[in-house]
Amino acid sequence: MSESTHDGPVAVSPRPAPDDGPTAAELAARYGLSVSGARPAIPAYVRQLWNRRHFIVAFSRAKLSAQYSQAKLGQLWQVVTPLLNALVYYLIFGLILNAGRGLPKDVYIPFLVTGVFVFTFTQTSVMSGVRAISGNLGLVRALHFPRASLPISFALQQLQQLLVSMIVLFVVVMVFGSRPSLSWLLIVPALLLQFGFNTGLALIMARAGAHTPDLAQLMPFVTRTWMYASGVMFSIPAMLEGRPRWIADVLQWNPAAVYMDLIRFALIDGYGSENLPPHVWAVALGWAVVILAGGFVYFWKAEERYGRG
Amino acid sequence: MAEQHQEARVPTVIADELHIVYKVNGAKKGKGSATAALSRILRRGEERGVREVHAVRGVSFVSYKGEAIGLIGSNGSGKSTLLRAIAGLLPAERGRVYTNGQPSLLGVNAALMNDLTGERNVILGGLAMGMSREQIRERYQEIVDFSGINEKGDFISLPMRTYSSGMAARLRFSIAAAKDHDVLMIDEALATGDRKFQKRSEARIRELRQQAGTVFLVSHNNKSIRDTCERVLWLERGELRMDGPTDEVLKEYEEFTAK
Repeated sequence: MSESTHDGPVAVSPRPAPDDGPTAAELAARYGLSVSGARPAIPAYVRQLWNRRHFIVAFSRAKLSAQYSQAKLGQLWQVVTPLLNALVYYLIFGLILNAGRGLPKDVYIPFLVTGVFVFTFTQTSVMSGVRAISGNLGLVRALHFPRASLPISFALQQLQQLLVSMIVLFVVVMVFGSRPSLSWLLIVPALLLQFGFNTGLALIMARAGAHTPDLAQLMPFVTRTWMYASGVMFSIPAMLEGRPRWIADVLQWNPAAVYMDLIRFALIDGYGSENLPPHVWAVALGWAVVILAGGFVYFWKAEERYGRG
Repeated sequence: MAEQHQEARVPTVIADELHIVYKVNGAKKGKGSATAALSRILRRGEERGVREVHAVRGVSFVSYKGEAIGLIGSNGSGKSTLLRAIAGLLPAERGRVYTNGQPSLLGVNAALMNDLTGERNVILGGLAMGMSREQIRERYQEIVDFSGINEKGDFISLPMRTYSSGMAARLRFSIAAAKDHDVLMIDEALATGDRKFQKRSEARIRELRQQAGTVFLVSHNNKSIRDTCERVLWLERGELRMDGPTDEVLKEYEEFTAK
């Protein structure tokens, strides 16, 4: 306390003096005051998040519509961007590098487009997860809400973006000869599982990115490597033909490959179950549960430290 | 201070030897060039590129229900940081803050998006502050009327980036002031808008104070402190220099700043 120059007539009581009664902690206990900014237990935390569900949804939708609001074509870019992406990959991998070996042409194009869209879903969830806290420090420092709202909201934004892309995907798949059937309904559980997995990843990346913002520079390289290893533009079993089958199985158990293959299997008539690794649904469920639960706990453990910057 | 007197007053915020330290990345002295950054990483001994700012140093006070407390001090003396720590938004390095209920900072600026219409921002800002959708629906018209945005035509349905800075500030204040709070903290919000709007917001703050347990007000305007607060905390370099009735502290403060 530097009040040395201001003695004299002024009534200075900078703190409850020790002889003046209870200590701060006792006083707090007596009137039921709690420590500000303490981390709640997991059940209470989940309840807080549930209470904020409208904010989470509104924030994700606001981000989505703010994204293209300056462009002349506006929300149309939500559809055009993934389509152009698929076109670029088709030019390079389909025509120039001929990566579609082992797949007939009318299967390869929907195979590629599905792969690009589904992988982009995970990729953008990771990238927006990294910036979920570090890019919104103003919000974190100004308002009180369970911080997990942010990464969850960003993952939700990507899900909505994907649902728009899905319309394009349906058209592409039907142009190349597949017809809507009951198996199309399988994309609902597959996308839900992938959304759970992505949300978990976004939570993990959000905590890591809050501590080390440099990850935003590094992650594009990691996700690109992941993309090339996951069989987005080639069929993993066809590429590994002649080698032991288990190598292909292990590569196909990679979560990105699992979710892509499930959606391809659901949508594309010429892409049968012989292309799927064994126990594929169990693996899809396992990844989703483990990453989501793990990511949630990992994120929650630093709850009171976000915003220090 | 008599024991009975203290019994009668209910504390709302207790700060106990509070220290706040900011960590700033990449602010270590030296150039921001790539080679400088690399050599920082390689020289492992000291903290790499991280500088610490000790913004609040051992502040203790108790605030009671029904008080309006002004926070004064020169720029960078730690006033805003102290408010954020009370709100539980900045973690304490040492010491503790105990609070009754959830103190809230009057400010939703960060939750609003310039590309969205005023209308959507009212809803988004309300949700960000933890209001329910029903509460927002009830208050919506009140917020728009208070901001006066629609006095010059239907501006609420335009994106916020088309607003003048005064209009945007008015809408932000109106959204932020729409919620009732246990402990309310206001960081220089009174300086926004034209004279008419300033009067309206001062009246709203008095109203909020009646509903809230305690109001904290940061301001460089000694007049608005005098008008609204009966107790003042004076911070200087992160330390609590004085804590007492408004007139006494302001008199000392004015002498200090006149030097």
